[in-house]
Amino acid sequence: MSTETVLSLEIPPRAEFVAVARLVVSTAAKSRRALPDDRVADLTLALSEACTNAIEAHDAKDEADRVTVRVDEDEDRLVVTVLDRGPGFDLMELPSHPAVTDPDRLNFERGLGIPIIRNLVDEVTFTSDDGGTTVTMVLRCRPSLGDNGTEGLLDFDELDLAAAWDDEVAP
Amino acid sequence: MDLSIEVDESHVPFVVVAVSGEIDIATAPKLREKLVELSSQGAQQVVVDLEAVEFLDSTGLGVLIGGMKRLRGLDGDLTLVCTQPRILKVFEITGLNRAFSIHGTVDAAVAG
Repeated sequence: MSTETVLSLEIPPRAEFVAVARLVVSTAAKSRRALPDDRVADLTLALSEACTNAIEAHDAKDEADRVTVRVDEDEDRLVVTVLDRGPGFDLMELPSHPAVTDPDRLNFERGLGIPIIRNLVDEVTFTSDDGGTTVTMVLRCRPSLGDNGTEGLLDFDELDLAAAWDDEVAP
Repeated sequence: MDLSIEVDESHVPFVVVAVSGEIDIATAPKLREKLVELSSQGAQQVVVDLEAVEFLDSTGLGVLIGGMKRLRGLDGDLTLVCTQPRILKVFEITGLNRAFSIHGTVDAAVAG
């Protein structure tokens, strides 16, 4: 099964660039795959959570290097990877949240990102050490059909990202 | 995408905060500042209208949890207006739909 890299994006570790990553990845997912809108929304939210964690990780380390967002695909899967150069973390040491009926639950304003990612994508893996963290999120899906009825993928280069940028991001 | 916030104080004792745009790591601080400002000015019953919100992630949830906690500490509350499935889903998958009172309209929210 061959895997193709759809796009690779490097964003400065600044909060305002999370919206750019959402726009680019959701545009690619919508265009190359016949994904239902709700699955695109799931992927966009999961990506936002991963990018937010990455940017906070860079901030914690005062790391100016960029965060890498990559989208790969094969016949059955869309794979989104977010790679940071932050201090890393131990997944086993993350606090578990009290039940929502427990008043102490409201003491947790943070730490919801990873549970949200786990809920929204079909598979997720976290690889982390003191050199950074890689979050790999997998959405299982079939490729879209081309106009001629053959199984095919749209050419990412055909996407008018500049226009999308003007419409949705630029002030 | 910026975040717009409009405050309507015509539903005494409720203060309605209508939010539009995307609530994420870049824009959530603006909402947090507004909620802190309102509570420090004496608002106790705050309704956050999310009907025009196009995107909400855990950073936004954190701001709403913080606002609710602060207001409940003042014997008040923060309630929500939201009918958008995409936004409601964020509350449902975190279980927070059971922690917040979520109404279908502002009128329902200010009716108590």
